[in-house]
Amino acid sequence: MTDAKTADAMTVIARAQASYVRAIDSDDLEAWPDFFTDPCFYQITSADNYRRGLPVGLIWADSRGMLKDRVSALREANIYERHSYRHLLGQPAVIAETTESGVREVDSETPFLVLRITGDGPTDVFASGVYIDRYVLDGSSALLRSRAVVCDSSRIDTLLALPL
Amino acid sequence: MGGVSATTADPMRARTWPRSLTRVPYWVYQDEDNYRAEQERLFHGPFWSYLCLEAELAEPGDYCATFIGEQPVLVTRDEDGQIYAFENRCAHRGALIAMADHGHARDFTCVYHAWTYNLQGDLTAVAFADGIGGNGGMPPGFCMAEHGPRKLRLAIVHGLVFGTLDNELPDIEEYLGEEILDRIGRVLAGRKPVILGRFTQMLPNNWKLYAENVKDSYHASILHLFFTTFGINRLSQRGGIIVSEHGGHHVSYSAIDRGQQADDEYSRQRIRSEGEYRLTDPSMLDGFSEVGDDITLQILSVFPGFVLQQIQNSVAVRQILPVGVDRTRLNWTYLGFEEDTEEQRLVRLKQANLVGPAGYVSMEDGVIGGFVQRGIAGAAGEFATVQMGGDGYSSSESRVTEASVRGFWQVYREALGFEVAEKDDDA
Repeated sequence: MTDAKTADAMTVIARAQASYVRAIDSDDLEAWPDFFTDPCFYQITSADNYRRGLPVGLIWADSRGMLKDRVSALREANIYERHSYRHLLGQPAVIAETTESGVREVDSETPFLVLRITGDGPTDVFASGVYIDRYVLDGSSALLRSRAVVCDSSRIDTLLALPL
Repeated sequence: MGGVSATTADPMRARTWPRSLTRVPYWVYQDEDNYRAEQERLFHGPFWSYLCLEAELAEPGDYCATFIGEQPVLVTRDEDGQIYAFENRCAHRGALIAMADHGHARDFTCVYHAWTYNLQGDLTAVAFADGIGGNGGMPPGFCMAEHGPRKLRLAIVHGLVFGTLDNELPDIEEYLGEEILDRIGRVLAGRKPVILGRFTQMLPNNWKLYAENVKDSYHASILHLFFTTFGINRLSQRGGIIVSEHGGHHVSYSAIDRGQQADDEYSRQRIRSEGEYRLTDPSMLDGFSEVGDDITLQILSVFPGFVLQQIQNSVAVRQILPVGVDRTRLNWTYLGFEEDTEEQRLVRLKQANLVGPAGYVSMEDGVIGGFVQRGIAGAAGEFATVQMGGDGYSSSESRVTEASVRGFWQVYREALGFEVAEKDDDA
């Protein structure tokens, strides 16, 4: 992979991720599934489970439909105290890139910090970790084929409702 | 100690327990002295506490760092293939003997002064015991066998490891009773569990609020919309609750009632949970018969803080651990079984979405205890009322009952040794 291509992948991914966290943090959850391909893979797990190869997730989805169902459950079904997130992302590290049958796929890892504000506060550190991703790149667009949200800690305070 | 009569000036006097099991005083979720009494009388008392799964100790040398109440405990498998448990506390200065939650070791060496223990918890070496060059060292009378962490008595039930510090306590089979034992066996007997993952949920409430929530079959299909809408659990389904003879353990279960038409009981009660909600990808609910019967839900609790859950094909154990008067650690361990096909494993991973800290049907349980903890602030002298289904704690075919919650309090108030009121004020 040339430096220019890496820089280009970083830019496209960084832009996609900026929109991704903006959608979640501004309560535009309905837009969240659209950041993924269909089928796709999305999982929230802990570093401990990930390291041990234990497959279960706090959230585990293998279709865009399952992501949509998360959103409608949060809107229509589940009861939780009103809260919001503030995602702070580091720079995406481009790990690998492949092109097969004209489809360009990039593996990247991006560290995140998520603050949670329940009601009117306080602002609490809710989660830190890394997104372990596979993006499908097409020109200036990037869609997630796979995202493992690997939280550094196995502990979740109270509950996890909104996606990370 | 709460419940013991004292002088008029003593605020403890207000803590006599109500005669009727339908009343639960709110101070029991708030009081620091009571919390300390629980550690001694429940967790160190004559009760079996869940420690870990045998499957987490597959090989000799494997160990688990767990807890009995607040107290750290190590559970190990020694070279003889047997399981042992002892306090995770060095006999020298009290430091943790092992720090990892799950690991593998030949022996344990305390990092502070290198006192060494074997996998059975016996002290085997003391660094510089003979001093250096004839100076220092332990006194000649020092006997390693007299120094070591306290060892726990253990019992294994269908792969679940329980422990106690009480030597008088009856065997686990008698403690659980036949019905509870059978229901544990229904899910676990003859199968080898595989750990699919673990999460810890930190709850902003007293541990008993979560224990009660687990036993409360009345709330399940009212608070949790997901259950009712998709027919996973409706109170009108065939099912029931079992409360153990002494009250402390329970099972709530429901089964597909193949003969029954959809009923309109929920819409007549104007309960929020009758929704129009439909899934885009309903594959999550395409399960299989877990053990060859029609039971799709079985929630089982063992006093004081153990839960075994089957919600469709989501099987998990939960360990309820107090970490403060208003803080609880809830450890979830998700299970599959060695015999699972690839398809069945996929179903389990999808249905894990139903449970845990982000679970469609358990998310609410993470907040509801906190809502109560906050709601009862300043109301230490008031009472919760648990009258649904009467004032006793017997098994029933109806799940519209709080019988198993009352059973919990029956065992609890006896264990803590409260004085029971001669008569309730407004009873």
